[in-house]
Amino acid sequence: MVKLGVFIQRELRLLARQKADWLNPVLFFIIVLCLFPLGVGPEPNLLRLMAPGIVWIAALLSVLLAAERLFKDDYRNGVIEQLVAARQPLLSFVLAKLVTNWLSTGLPLVLLSPLVALLLNLETPAFVALLLTLLLGTPLLSLLSVLGAALTVSADKGGILLALLILPLYIPLLIFASAAMEAATMALPYHGQLAIMLAMLLFALALVPLAVLSALKLNVS
Amino acid sequence: MVICAQFLPSSIARAVNIPQPFSVSSGQILLEAKGLSCIRQDRVLFEQLSLTVHGGELLQIAGKNGAGKSSLLRLLAGLAHPDEGDIYYRQQPLAQQAADYAADLCYIGHQSGIHEQLTALENLRFWRAAVQAPAGDDYALLGRLGLAGLEDIPCRMLSAGQQRRVSLARLWFSQGQLWILDEPFTALDQTAIALLQQHFLQHLQRGGSIVLTTHQSLSLQYAQLCKLELAYRW
Repeated sequence: MVKLGVFIQRELRLLARQKADWLNPVLFFIIVLCLFPLGVGPEPNLLRLMAPGIVWIAALLSVLLAAERLFKDDYRNGVIEQLVAARQPLLSFVLAKLVTNWLSTGLPLVLLSPLVALLLNLETPAFVALLLTLLLGTPLLSLLSVLGAALTVSADKGGILLALLILPLYIPLLIFASAAMEAATMALPYHGQLAIMLAMLLFALALVPLAVLSALKLNVS
Repeated sequence: MVICAQFLPSSIARAVNIPQPFSVSSGQILLEAKGLSCIRQDRVLFEQLSLTVHGGELLQIAGKNGAGKSSLLRLLAGLAHPDEGDIYYRQQPLAQQAADYAADLCYIGHQSGIHEQLTALENLRFWRAAVQAPAGDDYALLGRLGLAGLEDIPCRMLSAGQQRRVSLARLWFSQGQLWILDEPFTALDQTAIALLQQHFLQHLQRGGSIVLTTHQSLSLQYAQLCKLELAYRW
């Protein structure tokens, strides 16, 4: 195993120098959530009812926004091609991308969840459910968006293609996450939904890195 | 530059470490291609192309723009599969030896492989970790390549030639026996070209092999220089 730490350090350094790459999606998430109460009216019960859907749709789109540029620079300047030729370091490179993608797009959403609860008038049980679903769901979002970014890296205007490829894969997550939050607001147990989300996450965790490797190899050949 | 020259010998020793014998000794066949064909956009770039690379040999691939030089290098580097023909590494088919081959190869393509937002030093450290080279004095190495004082500024601020030097610095700590280089002299000035050729010579003397494309005529006298001319075909 090539030193994963060095690769993660490199990605974090790049994120620190290209702040727009991760700040824009986070700002997008906040803006959407701020606009909703203004648009649909500040009726607390209505907001509470709509909150699960709103939060998760905003999360999906903001992660998608961050995905497009993920591999672009490294593809353009030949880093990926030379890593594929060297073969061994490619897995570490992909794992570092996955970890830092979650740190820069998933983790901020988790950290912002108290603010979300405030904006959408969520009560404590619903907030706890929001926190749990975000903790389980955002890594899965990262995994899928990295996969989409790897598949479309050589496409010139890959943005729409990426969305078409990845959004269908987000749908099961969207359904179970918002179902868990709805159950929480009605004081029903939601372990089942969480368990399914965890299962999806573990499944993706096992297979997505390999799929990303193949996608990158395919794109340079 | 005078200051750099003073700590030159020790810097080489530290950057390169002690040379280790290569897996294939000088004069034996390291890489062999038989009957290669390559088709791009319905155009046959070359067909029935065979070549051998021995240990300690430099193979220069020449040809007009669009003749298929880079495509040939990408086939040899294992990045693409030939439409016809086979490639053998140490007399074994490449597919069976892919991991060993990749570890024994240093491929620097047409793009530099350096990230513009990272400094020269950070790029070098990344590649050092990627190819699992032993730790070395990157400051001394960059100084030797005429980049003293430029180690800590982002590479996008460097000129094309300086970026190329950062990219080629990898050759000073590469452990691979076979170097595949696509237009290594592009954008380099005369001093850098001489320095690079001197380093090529050292690598060849240790029994390493080099496959490169260039439009320049190589100025130094190489003991084993082969030239392959690809014709442009319609």
